[in-house]
Amino acid sequence: MAQLITSQPGPGLTSADLRGDPRRMRKETVVRGLLFAAAATSIIISGLIVYSLVRETWTFVSQVDWALVWGDGWFPRRGQYDIKTLLVGSLIVTVVGLAVAGPIGLGAGIYLSEYASARVRKVIKPTIEVLAGVPSVVVGFFALTFISPEIIQRFREATPQQTMAAAGIGVAILIIPLVASISEDAMRSVPRSLREASYGLGARKVTTVGKVVLPAAVSGLVAAFIVAFSRAIGETMVVFIAAGKSGGSLFETNPLEPGLTMTAAMASIASGTDSVVGEALTFQSLFFVGAILFVITLALNIVADRFVRRVRERY
Amino acid sequence: MSISAPLSSGISAEAVRRRLHGQRFDLPGIVVHVALLLSLLFSLVVLGVLVYDLVSGGWDVFASRFASFLSGTMRFAASESGIAQALRGTLWIGVFVVALAFPFGIGAAVYLEEYAPDNRLTRVIDINIRNLAGVPSIVYGILGFAVFVKTLSGLTGGRSVIAGGITLAILVLPVVIITAAEAIRAVPDDLRQGGYGLGATRWEVTRTQVLPYAAPGILTGTVLSLARALGEAAPLILVGAVVGRLGSNPGLFDIGSLDQRFTALPIVITYWAGLPQPDFRALTAAAIVVVLAIVLAANAAAILMRNRYESKRG
Repeated sequence: MAQLITSQPGPGLTSADLRGDPRRMRKETVVRGLLFAAAATSIIISGLIVYSLVRETWTFVSQVDWALVWGDGWFPRRGQYDIKTLLVGSLIVTVVGLAVAGPIGLGAGIYLSEYASARVRKVIKPTIEVLAGVPSVVVGFFALTFISPEIIQRFREATPQQTMAAAGIGVAILIIPLVASISEDAMRSVPRSLREASYGLGARKVTTVGKVVLPAAVSGLVAAFIVAFSRAIGETMVVFIAAGKSGGSLFETNPLEPGLTMTAAMASIASGTDSVVGEALTFQSLFFVGAILFVITLALNIVADRFVRRVRERY
Repeated sequence: MSISAPLSSGISAEAVRRRLHGQRFDLPGIVVHVALLLSLLFSLVVLGVLVYDLVSGGWDVFASRFASFLSGTMRFAASESGIAQALRGTLWIGVFVVALAFPFGIGAAVYLEEYAPDNRLTRVIDINIRNLAGVPSIVYGILGFAVFVKTLSGLTGGRSVIAGGITLAILVLPVVIITAAEAIRAVPDDLRQGGYGLGATRWEVTRTQVLPYAAPGILTGTVLSLARALGEAAPLILVGAVVGRLGSNPGLFDIGSLDQRFTALPIVITYWAGLPQPDFRALTAAAIVVVLAIVLAANAAAILMRNRYESKRG
């Protein structure tokens, strides 16, 4: 801008007059530098995360007996680091969570986007957002003291109070608002003209939603599920409180039994004793599991981001 | 379909619709409509049951000894235990989040929206922030443990509320940046052009035009992130909050003991939830009601504020 003006100085004016007070200019430079530093902090944080994970993970990977990493149960204090116990535990909790939250969240998203009147939206959306703000320890306690005895044990009395299923339902409560809001956004970005065309051909509402809006928004819906998956697999406190087996666990594939996930295993190593002691690599195993979790969620988030972008580009 | 029958003026829209749809009663439509409505109501029912269940569970504690519950320390006996130390930890975590995440987050958002050139570095920062927002909270705990508890223990005192507070500030930073950037992006360009036209520098325009206009949106995002930080437990466990009985009880504003071991409300809830004695169950519910009151009040205030400004500006 400044160059444009100074190329044609008025009578008696030199470009120096238009340049402005040097103190203001200096202030501008300083502020710009500070703001850039704030933005660059995020890069430093990423660097620190990777640095924190890599160092101890490397110690673990280079020293551990790999027969124990694919062996029999996760008992870090006894030197058994069977990672598949944790992977399968995380997968079970996540699948239960998605099986409950997927249809319900999607249904809520469809209703909000396609059926709800402006007035209903205005009341219900904030309420769902409030549900999204409930801390996960609270949901964990709720899963342990309400969902498990009042719902799960009512269907099958012999079920223990702490189960992966109870934790999974707890996780579902946490991710329903997420699924609902991302899928609603995806459907609302489908242009109105597509719906009008469908109605013009005589289609009913349910046909229009099912055969026109949902297919058009499919990228966004996929993104919603991936983000939900990533959030569910990283959820810690619900599983730590409601799934049991904090010390260690044998390989367990039944959702109606207690189990251990990657996140809960990390939390229990950290909370078990004041300073992590025991078997030489117990402490490092925490970082090893953390590194695996980090890579999984990062990959999921990158893929989800692709899908979200595809929706934006198309419409 | 023939339209030969003359339409009388008394014919209802419903009759026309039924005629157009072949006179069928739209059963699938109604079933789907009801199913969708139920899935929407599910969340509301869960929220209602959850709040009712916990409030009724913790009610006895509030009714019989509200003051001693808030001012008491953690004891072996449930009837003597209180959440004073937990409230102190949660308060200071809030202070750290406000002091660190808010200025850094808003600063970064201003840089990205108002200053950043459209180059490779900016895009890297942008993608990086979105990825950071998706990193599980427990991984931030690992960062906090390795950096603030171990490497910088001289500054933080090791497993202290300082380390925990900084870790949670870092945890919510990406969310603060993203929501603040959205609020700044929504500022109409005329405001900026007006400022530049009067000869203001970029920072002057940002400070006097952009930030005041975006303030409600920024505030909403920051309050939501503060609420999230106050309810977070997983990173604090990694950073070494005491999941058990904490002995010491320094005063609420005793700054000198910030480098000591600490606990926080969500951590106390986790600890009490794991105890087998039944009388601790009521205590857990009571502590949850306290944390819910803080977090949900902040959430509701932020959401209402945003909706008010949204409708005001159309």
